[in-house]
Amino acid sequence: MNTDFFILMKSEMSLTLMIFILLILKVWDEIKDNTTWLYLVNFMLLLNFAIGFMFNGDGSLFNGMFQNSPTLALEKNILNFGTLIISLLAFDWLKSHKHVPEFFMLLLSTLLGMFFMMSSGNLLMFYLGLELASIPLAALANFDLEKTKSSEAAVKMILLSAFSSCIMLFGISFLYGCTGTLNFAELPSLLGSGHLQILSLILIFIGFAFKLSSVPFHLWTADVYEGAPVTVTSYLSVISKAAIAFVFISTLSPLFINLQSMWYNILFLSIILTITVGNLFAIRQDNIKRFLAFSSIAQAGYILLGLSAGNQMGSTAIIYFLLVYLLSNLGAFGVIGLVSALADKENISDYKGFYKTNPMLSWVLAISLFSLAGVPPTAGFFGKMFLVTAGASKGNYILVIIASLNMIVSLYYYLRVVKAIFVDPNENPIAKVEGSLSSKVGMIVCMTGVIIVGFASNIYDLINQLTH
Amino acid sequence: MTNLSILIIVPILTAIAVLFCRNTMQIKWTSFIGSIVQLCMASGLMFSYISERALGNTAQMLFQQRYSWYSALNIEYFVGVDGISVAMIMLTSFVVVAGILISWSVQTLTKEFFFLLLLLSVGAYGFFISLDLFTMFFFLEVAVIPKFLLIAVWGSGKKEYSAMKLALMLMGGSVFVLIGLLTTYFNTNINGLHTWDLLQVAHAQIPLQTQMYIFPFLFVGFGVFTALFPFHTWVPDGHSSAPTAASMFLAGISMKLGGYGALRVATYLMPEAAQEYSWIIVLLATIAIIYGSFATLMQKDLKYMNAYSSISHCGFILLGIGMLTKIAIIGAVLQMVSHGVMTALFFGAIGMIYERTHTRQLSDLGGLLKVMPFIGTVYVITGLCSLGLPGLSGFVAEMTVFVGAWQRPDAFHRTATILAAASIVVTAVYILRAAGKAVMGPITNQHYLELKDANWNEKFASVLLIIGILAIGIAPFWLYNLIAPDAQIIMENLTRGGIVN
Repeated sequence: MNTDFFILMKSEMSLTLMIFILLILKVWDEIKDNTTWLYLVNFMLLLNFAIGFMFNGDGSLFNGMFQNSPTLALEKNILNFGTLIISLLAFDWLKSHKHVPEFFMLLLSTLLGMFFMMSSGNLLMFYLGLELASIPLAALANFDLEKTKSSEAAVKMILLSAFSSCIMLFGISFLYGCTGTLNFAELPSLLGSGHLQILSLILIFIGFAFKLSSVPFHLWTADVYEGAPVTVTSYLSVISKAAIAFVFISTLSPLFINLQSMWYNILFLSIILTITVGNLFAIRQDNIKRFLAFSSIAQAGYILLGLSAGNQMGSTAIIYFLLVYLLSNLGAFGVIGLVSALADKENISDYKGFYKTNPMLSWVLAISLFSLAGVPPTAGFFGKMFLVTAGASKGNYILVIIASLNMIVSLYYYLRVVKAIFVDPNENPIAKVEGSLSSKVGMIVCMTGVIIVGFASNIYDLINQLTH
Repeated sequence: MTNLSILIIVPILTAIAVLFCRNTMQIKWTSFIGSIVQLCMASGLMFSYISERALGNTAQMLFQQRYSWYSALNIEYFVGVDGISVAMIMLTSFVVVAGILISWSVQTLTKEFFFLLLLLSVGAYGFFISLDLFTMFFFLEVAVIPKFLLIAVWGSGKKEYSAMKLALMLMGGSVFVLIGLLTTYFNTNINGLHTWDLLQVAHAQIPLQTQMYIFPFLFVGFGVFTALFPFHTWVPDGHSSAPTAASMFLAGISMKLGGYGALRVATYLMPEAAQEYSWIIVLLATIAIIYGSFATLMQKDLKYMNAYSSISHCGFILLGIGMLTKIAIIGAVLQMVSHGVMTALFFGAIGMIYERTHTRQLSDLGGLLKVMPFIGTVYVITGLCSLGLPGLSGFVAEMTVFVGAWQRPDAFHRTATILAAASIVVTAVYILRAAGKAVMGPITNQHYLELKDANWNEKFASVLLIIGILAIGIAPFWLYNLIAPDAQIIMENLTRGGIVN
C-alpha cells in the first residue's frame, strides 16, 4: 500500500469517513439538536468539496478494477458540490425531522456508490457501484415517513431500479459470454458486431436509459419525483442523473463505439422521443415536482444529444451543461423545497401571486427556470447552446432542428410558471416564507453560478482541457 | 479611439444602479440620466465615426475590439461598427430616452419595469455592435425575458395571451436563426477551424447548395422579428397589449433587429442564395405591405391600427432588401431608422392619449387638438410622417426604396413596386381618417375638456423623436452618406462571382 492509494481514492475515502463519523456520533447519542447535526454535516461536506480540488492523481488500482483521472475527479467534485448545496437547501425540511443523521448516511452512501461506478474499470465493479447508488435512494424516497405517497414512490423506485439492474446484468452476462472479460481496458478490442454482442450492449443501454429516465423508460420518474420529499427529488434529478451521464462519457462510451451507425440510430431515436415526450408531458402538469420531473426528462434528451456527437466537444458540453443544470435546477428546487416545507404547497396554481409576497424567492425561481429554458443571460443558454452545437457537429440537422424546435415548447411551459408567479391574481397567495440562513446561502450560490458561469469561459476551457 | 463596449456597459450599470434605488423618483432619474449618457455616447460615436471616415479610414468595420471568449469553439467577443450599425445605435438611443420619459407615470413595480426596459436596450445595443455571430445571437435572445415580463405584467387587454404568443413566436424566430448559424458555423473552414466571425464568413466561399439550405432559416428567423408575412401575427397582439414604452421598444427597436439581421447576416453572408430566393422575399414583402395597410383600414383601436401599419411599413424594409440593388438596400436601412423613430413617437402619442382618455377606440375619441394641442399635434405629425409626407422621414425612406426597386426593370419587380407604392394611398386613408376623427373633429365627450396636455417629460420625449423625424426628412444626406458605403460593400458581396454548386 502506498500513497497512490490515498490519492486516487481520496473522494471515496473522504465520503466513507464522513459516513463513519455520522454513524459513531449517532451511536454515541450526544447530539440531540438537529441544527447541530446539519451544521456539522454541512461543514464536513464543505471540507469534502475542498478536498476534491486537491491531490488529483491519474492511475488505476486493484488490477484495473478502480481507476481515476483528473476528469473523473472534476466530475466527482461537481457531484460533491451539488450534494453540498442540496444539504444547505434541505435545512428547513430536516430541522424538524427525526432522522437527520440517517438521512445523510443514506445520501452519502448513494454518492459513494456513484463514485465507485464512475471510477470503475470493470463491469463487476461498475455493477457494485450502481447497486450501492440505487438501493439507498429508495429508502431516501420514503423519507417523509408518514406520507403514503412517499412510500408508494419508494416501492416504485425499488422495483423499477431492480428491474433495470436486472436488464443491465443480463446484458453484462451476455457480454462476458461473448468476450470472456469484463475489463473496460480489454473489452473494446474484443467487441465486434456479432448479434449477441449487439444485444448485450443494447440491454446495457436500456438499463442506463432507465436510470437516466429517457423515453420510453421514463414512466417511473414522475411518480417517484412527486412522492419523494423535495430534497430527494432534487438529488434524484440532479446528482443521480449527472452521475449516470458522467459514467457514460468517461467510462462506458468506448464500449459502444464499435456499434457505430446502429449506436447513433439508437441515440437518434432516443433523443427525439425523450425531448419531445418530456416536453409535451411537462405542459400538462400542475404539481410542480411532476412538472420539473418531465422537464428533467427533456433535459436528459439534450444530454443524449451531446452524447451523440461522440467527440471531445460533446463530452465537454455535457459536463458543462450538467454543472449549469445542477445550479439552475437546485435553485428552483431550493424555492420549491422551502415552500413545500414551510407552506406545504406543491402546485403550480398555488404559486399564483407569489411575487407579491415573496419577491426574492420569485426571482430565484424565475431565473432558475429561465436558465433551464436556455434563455440568456443565464448560464443555461450557454449550456444548451454548446450541447446543440456539439449535436450539430455530426452534421445531422434533422436532430438539431427537432431539438431546437423543442426549445420553443419548453419555453412555453417554463413561462407558464413564470406567468403564475408574476401575473396571475390570487386572493390568498402563499404567505411570506422565511428560509433559514443556510438555505439562503444555498440559493445565493446557485444564483451567482447561474449568472456568472456563462460568462466565465475559463470553466469551459478547464473542462475542455481535461476531456482532451 | 472610441470604446464600443461602453455602449453595453453603461445600460448594464444603469440597470444595476436602478436595483439599488430607494424610491421611484430615484429610479426614474437614474434610468433617465443613464439613457441620456447613452444618447450622448451614441452621438459621440457617430461623430467620431464620421470623422474617422473623413480622415480616410477605409476599414469595413471601425473601432473593432476582439477578445477570445470560448476559445475551444472559436467564440469571440468581437465588436465593431459600420455606418449601418451606427445609424441603428443612434435610433436605439433616441427611442430608449423617449421610452423612459414616456414611462414616467408607471406606478406598479417601478423598479422592475425600468430594470427590464434597460435590459431590453442592452440586448439591442449588443446586437448592433456584435460582429461575432454567437455573441450576436446571445444579444438577440437576451430580450426574451424582458419582452415577456413587460407585456405580461404591465400590459393591458389580453396581455397574457399576447405576451406568450410574442415570446414563443420570437423564440421560434431565434431557433431558426440558431439553426442557420450552426449550419453556417460548421460549413466554414478558416485554417482548419470553424468560425463565427461575420467578416470571415462573408468571404468563406460557402457552396451555393449549402447556402440554399441556410438562407431560408436565417431569413425567416430574422423575418419573424420584423413581421415577415405570414409570421407577423405576434405584432398586432404584442404591440397593442404592451405598455407604451414596451410598444415603443418593440416596434422601434426589436423589429429592427430582425431587419438588420436579415440584411447583415442573411443577405450579406449568403449572397448567392439571396439572389436565388429574392423573388420570394419580394413577393412576401409586397403581400405584407398590401395586407398590412388594408388590415389597418379595418381597425378601430388606435394601437391595433399602428401595429398593423407597422407590418405594412416593415414590409418596405424587406422589400428593399429583396430588391437587391444598392439604392433599395439604402432605402431599407433608411426605412428601419425612419420607421423606428416614427413608430416610437406614434405609440408614444397613443400612450399619452390613452393615459388621459382611458380609451383607444377611434369611435370614442374626438377633438383632442382642442383640449390637448401638444399631443394632438404630435399625433398628426407622426401620422403625416407615416403616410410619407415630403419633409418628414417616411417620405425619404419609402422614396429611396421605390427608386431602388424601380431599377429592377422586369415585369415582376415592376409590378411589386407599383403595388407597394399604391399602398401609400391606403395609408393616407387610414391616417387621415384617424387624425381627422380623433384629433380634429368635434369633442365627443365633455369629460375630455378637463384633460391636461402633455407634461415636461412627455414633451421632451416627443420633441426628441420629432427632431429625429425632421433630421432625416429635411436633410437626409447625412444619413444617406453614412449608410451608402456599407450598402456598397453588401452589394459587392451580392454581385461577387465564383461560387458554384
